[in-house]
Amino acid sequence: MNELFQDLVVQMLIGISTGLILALVASGLTLIFGIMDVVNFAHGELFMLGAYMGWVFFTMTGSFWLGLAAAALCVFVFGLIMQRSALRSLIGSDPLTTILATFGISLVLQTAAIWIWGPTVRRVGAAFTGHVAVFHLQFPVYRFLVAMLSLAIIGGLWLFMHRGRFGLWIRATTQDRQMALAMGIPVPLVHTVVFGIGAAMAATSGYLYAPILGVDPTMGVNNILRAFIIVVVGGMGNLWGSVLAAVFIGMLEALAVIWVSPALAVIFSFAALIVTLLVRPTGLFVAVPR
Amino acid sequence: MAGTRSAEKPGFWIAFLVVVAVLAVVPLWFPNSFWQRLLTEVLILGLLAMSSDLLIGYVGMVSFGHALFFGTGCYGAAYALTWTESPFALWLALLLGLAGAAVMGIFVAFYSTRLRDIYFSITTLVFAQIFWVIVFTWTDVTGGENGLVFSPPRLSFLGLFAAEFTTMSMHWFVLAVVALCYVFCRRVTQSPFGKVLQAIRENEPRTRAIGYNVERHKMGMVMLSALVAGLSGALYGIFNAYAAPDYFFFLQSGETVIYNVLGGIGTLAGPVLGAGVFVLLKELFSTYWSPEYYLIPVGLLFTIMVIYMPQGLLGFLRHKLNE
Repeated sequence: MNELFQDLVVQMLIGISTGLILALVASGLTLIFGIMDVVNFAHGELFMLGAYMGWVFFTMTGSFWLGLAAAALCVFVFGLIMQRSALRSLIGSDPLTTILATFGISLVLQTAAIWIWGPTVRRVGAAFTGHVAVFHLQFPVYRFLVAMLSLAIIGGLWLFMHRGRFGLWIRATTQDRQMALAMGIPVPLVHTVVFGIGAAMAATSGYLYAPILGVDPTMGVNNILRAFIIVVVGGMGNLWGSVLAAVFIGMLEALAVIWVSPALAVIFSFAALIVTLLVRPTGLFVAVPR
Repeated sequence: MAGTRSAEKPGFWIAFLVVVAVLAVVPLWFPNSFWQRLLTEVLILGLLAMSSDLLIGYVGMVSFGHALFFGTGCYGAAYALTWTESPFALWLALLLGLAGAAVMGIFVAFYSTRLRDIYFSITTLVFAQIFWVIVFTWTDVTGGENGLVFSPPRLSFLGLFAAEFTTMSMHWFVLAVVALCYVFCRRVTQSPFGKVLQAIRENEPRTRAIGYNVERHKMGMVMLSALVAGLSGALYGIFNAYAAPDYFFFLQSGETVIYNVLGGIGTLAGPVLGAGVFVLLKELFSTYWSPEYYLIPVGLLFTIMVIYMPQGLLGFLRHKLNE
């Protein structure tokens, strides 16, 4: 067992766990795009907002799990309000208009976060602080836990979409908005709720990421770029494609860190994006075009 | 295609000359150089916005990475000025800035033909951000976080004449470049080439079916946009005698898009007005509230305008005047 091999294994574990956390953001993004053709440029800010909401409740109650619930719930409600007030009237218009509108919202939210909470990095304690030995390194249990939790949430979303009436509505609206409306499905309600779910998933991801990275106003901008790359690599509107792409990108960057500085590791994701766009612009993990 | 070249109405030239004359003379009455420099800055940022409008307004491609061309233009000028003090330094700086932007432009132009709306936006954003990371970390060449500081060049014309830049001569120089660029860009958008691009914006498959080479037209416009953005970056570098990694940052690209929406997409002059409004609002909120948080009110205004007044200020005024 040489040093490099051990590094590779450890970095792969880190990459998979990071990837699964990011998969939460990306699957929310892709879900929203799939159903209402809205590319949510403010998704990173919902991620950041979730981390802050969780941090507020975490410092108030001292409970990691209460913080998680509060983050998801607060940002869910915020997502509902945002969709109702700003985005609803734009659905069906040029996708570029929604990009611009959500971009404006993201600027406001990010600056507002600096205004309210200041630029300092806030800390959230992990639910589990234990470590397991992986070769010569102590690997935090928290990363395993978070990876499992993310996977469970995405699995839950899948079940929600494939069992029960509301899930059927969501899938029907994604397939054909006009037809769904004609069949009596309350499409505007479905849109609003799906946006809320996507927002809550981003919030959950942000909060789960907090013990690893800390909470600061720019965390949204820094991670949304990766989420966009993931969504494009995985195929816009494709849930499992996004999850696979997230793990792929997470591992790629984690492995790149062995050779280059963490800041430059992003370039590898970009290379993946370029290759995807060259080879299969509709996404690497999409089944053969229908 | 003889005879399709549209002659400008005389009214346009009168309005154009009046605006340029006002912009040239008014700063003379400004109380101090702060406001004079602010107006020059608006013109340079307006040129950047104009370059972005060439894509947004005339091809329907929203670039979220115009900071890439702007930054490259700026660093290109910076390199020329750190190397040389020759009488041609000013022109070398502009040329190197343009060359840098052209290289980036070729790359983005190549991709632009493969990417439609959102994919184009995301890719330009990612690409610009990657270069921001590179500029930020590659300290030996780019000066990293500190950027590059250099002495401003002398104003010269073909070696015949040389003088130090003053605040006003810098303003007039920038005004001349921006006005020439405006006339040129307007000509391009009204040329058959520009008309084909507008046809692509309205209906790409049909334009292709008629027999136009869509890819080549798009690539040409991306290149032109990159060059104009690079020129504005080079001017900005010369104007500030400073090149900073921030010029590559996402916020710079984002603000460029904001200028467009504020002023009016697809008007070329509108984005310059938008840049003016933005800079003025930024100054106002910075003075009376806080320089860090101006994006809260400005961002709100921007979002509301996207939703309720998508034609922008100039479009809105034009509509009101027509009533």
